[in-house]
Amino acid sequence: MTTTLSVLTGMVFVTPVPWARAQMAFTLGFHIILVPLGVSWAFMTLIANYRGLRHNDRSALILAQRWSKFMAVTFAVGAVTGTVLTFEFGLLWPRFMGQWGEAFGVPFGFEGLFFFTEAIFIAIYIFGWRRLRPWTHFWTGVPVVIAGIFGSISVVAANAWMNAPSGFVLDSNGNVVDVDPIQVIFNPSMPWQAAHMLVAAYLVGGFLVASVYAVGMLRGRRDRYHYLGFVIAFTVGAVATPIQLGIGDGLARWVYQNQPVKFAALELLPNTESDAPETLLGHLNDNYTVSGGLPIPGLASWLSDPSTGKNTVVQGLTSVPPDQRPTVRQVNIVHLCWDIMVGLGTALFLLAVWYAVSWIFRRRMPQTKWFLRAAVVAGPAAVLAMEAGWVVTEVGRQPWIVYGHMRVEDAVTANPGVWITFFAVVILYALVGTTTILVLRGMGKRFRATQGFTDQDTPYGPSALTEASIEEPAKAEETVG
Amino acid sequence: MSTAVAVVLLLAVVAYAIFGGADFGAGFWDLTAGGPEQGAHPRHTIEHSIGPVWEANHVWLIFIFVILWTSFPEAYASITLTLFVPLTIAALGIVLRGASFAFRKAVVQLRHRRLFGALFALASVLVPYCMGAVAGGIASGRVPAGGQAGDPVHSWINPTSILGGIMAVAAAAYLAAVYLVWDARRLSDNEMTEYFRRRAIIAAGVVGVLGVIGIFVLRADASYLFQGLTSRALPLVILGTLCGVAALVLLLRDAPRGARLLAVVAVASVIIGWAVAQWPYILPQTLTFSAAASPTGTLTAVLIVVVLAVLIVGPGFILLYVLDQRGLLPEEGAEETPAV
Repeated sequence: MTTTLSVLTGMVFVTPVPWARAQMAFTLGFHIILVPLGVSWAFMTLIANYRGLRHNDRSALILAQRWSKFMAVTFAVGAVTGTVLTFEFGLLWPRFMGQWGEAFGVPFGFEGLFFFTEAIFIAIYIFGWRRLRPWTHFWTGVPVVIAGIFGSISVVAANAWMNAPSGFVLDSNGNVVDVDPIQVIFNPSMPWQAAHMLVAAYLVGGFLVASVYAVGMLRGRRDRYHYLGFVIAFTVGAVATPIQLGIGDGLARWVYQNQPVKFAALELLPNTESDAPETLLGHLNDNYTVSGGLPIPGLASWLSDPSTGKNTVVQGLTSVPPDQRPTVRQVNIVHLCWDIMVGLGTALFLLAVWYAVSWIFRRRMPQTKWFLRAAVVAGPAAVLAMEAGWVVTEVGRQPWIVYGHMRVEDAVTANPGVWITFFAVVILYALVGTTTILVLRGMGKRFRATQGFTDQDTPYGPSALTEASIEEPAKAEETVG
Repeated sequence: MSTAVAVVLLLAVVAYAIFGGADFGAGFWDLTAGGPEQGAHPRHTIEHSIGPVWEANHVWLIFIFVILWTSFPEAYASITLTLFVPLTIAALGIVLRGASFAFRKAVVQLRHRRLFGALFALASVLVPYCMGAVAGGIASGRVPAGGQAGDPVHSWINPTSILGGIMAVAAAAYLAAVYLVWDARRLSDNEMTEYFRRRAIIAAGVVGVLGVIGIFVLRADASYLFQGLTSRALPLVILGTLCGVAALVLLLRDAPRGARLLAVVAVASVIIGWAVAQWPYILPQTLTFSAAASPTGTLTAVLIVVVLAVLIVGPGFILLYVLDQRGLLPEEGAEETPAV
């Protein structure tokens, strides 16, 4: 066993940096799809729950109950993929954690607290449907929403710290000797980034859930249940969209002022200049010329600082030595993702305007099938926009893991086996992802097949059926399956 | 101040062992319950018992990691560099376990249930084994200080680690069986009460035998720990042994109520004994807790989080646990799907 292992290790010595990077990117990219559901779905569920109780709306109550069950599945998957991330910080980036853990780790302490709160109240809410009084039960859902908000803010604070490290004192050897936790958490990048991700969570969660009901409505399920499912979720996404555009604009300006090299990468700008163009698509060549794409003259300068307009000087990539800026390939990735994020964000905004105009002038949602088709696409598009946004901020920070202080290759594990764990993780997550979707679909089908509640089976209060189904679960399975 | 954080860390480890351990142990009994028909009844009892609380238990592990990397980052770096393999297996096992448990509840076809059930049960054994092996590697001084990697193989394949791994699986199974006796009794299910009582007694015996073997293993393989256990930690070892024996007697006499508390105290005092025995080292004989500790600002923040956790999370956790233990929260998945 021992010799086989060491022979294997000796044979396949692979540099761990790209694999560790890929594994972190993959697991984060997976986890981040579940985050919006964990953060905003509880809010949407409570809207439905509130409607159900306040207006005695049975469909809304059924919706809230089913949503809470779907949420249980996505939350469970999110909890495990989140646990894996806490492993990975140490397993993949031990030197980063070893040197900066005392500062970088602080926001995670608070995140742990909020996640704890969320986990407990989500359990109480999901399992409390029938044994708590209706309004008491409703209120047990509120901490889930609050904890979700503060939990995501805490995590993003940690990421923001990597972009704008602050709140620590170094000795002459570069070791952290003093930490100010408040400054670590409320680092300069934190307000913008946290707001951007939090609103993204509501935007993505809203559009993603709505797209499922849009599919249902296109298939002819035009009942009140589907209508509520669509309208509640889509409204949350639509309200978040214009807010997100505003925050995104502010964040971009913050990056312009504080991370000029990242800004140059996302604007595809090789040289420092005023009257800098905003290039749509396009490509940076190895000799630092830009080819292709559609340059809009002066727009990048104008957007960076409207007060000086076209005269605003924007720093270029070549303003810093090559080892302190992203590689050409990374620049191209950042720029493409930036275009994707902004482009999809704008498209979603137009869709939200369509929806709002219809409500304002006709007092109802748009009726055409084309709107529903667009709404189906909006869910995946919102996810893609969010993923692209994360690529922009993460790849744009390269080669730094702690901006200006520690490079990625100095942070990585020395363990050469990372490529193995990378493949193991990809296979495992592919299985988990596929099964999650299948399970959610299966639940939806099953819920539809049962046609909601029977009179005996109201959402609150004990039911005779419960005892029966506990005693004979197998029988119930056969009937339902 | 580093002592206070070390105590918090220890409490989190104890909580994870007791709450999480019971979950993992339940998975062990799920694995050994036999074929789909024969094992249906015990499996149902298991699912009923851990259903509502299972998600809360990953949080203890996350807390342990967060405290480690914020408060003792150097030790954390050493541990993750050295024990890369068992920690990776544990992480993958947690993914498998968590996801398959959720899925097993959500899918209805027997074939799918069996697949997810098997994955769930297998991972439930693998994860505590790896955790125990990690603990053994640390306790026997195989993790070097200074954020360096120790031996990637012998740090977790060694006598103390193997003992730790098997002990963790056995202790988890023992705790789970004792809890399940109590749960089955609450459901007035005499068949399952007897079923798990028998298993609890067997598991208690196994843990006892492992404990005796452990004396010899530790003396040979982890001398600092052994000295600690036989001197300053001796009262805790004796307390643990007494509680374990008393719990066994109560189980034999079919009085499981007190057995539950005694079993928890037994496991907790052994873990606390381990910590006392390796004190003041976080990595025995190379790195002390105080030398590894972060600056005061960080430790203060961690302690504030802990106080807030007690104030905010404490009541919620107690509510969930009380509601669950009283049987007020019904089994998930029953209410909206009438059987006809």
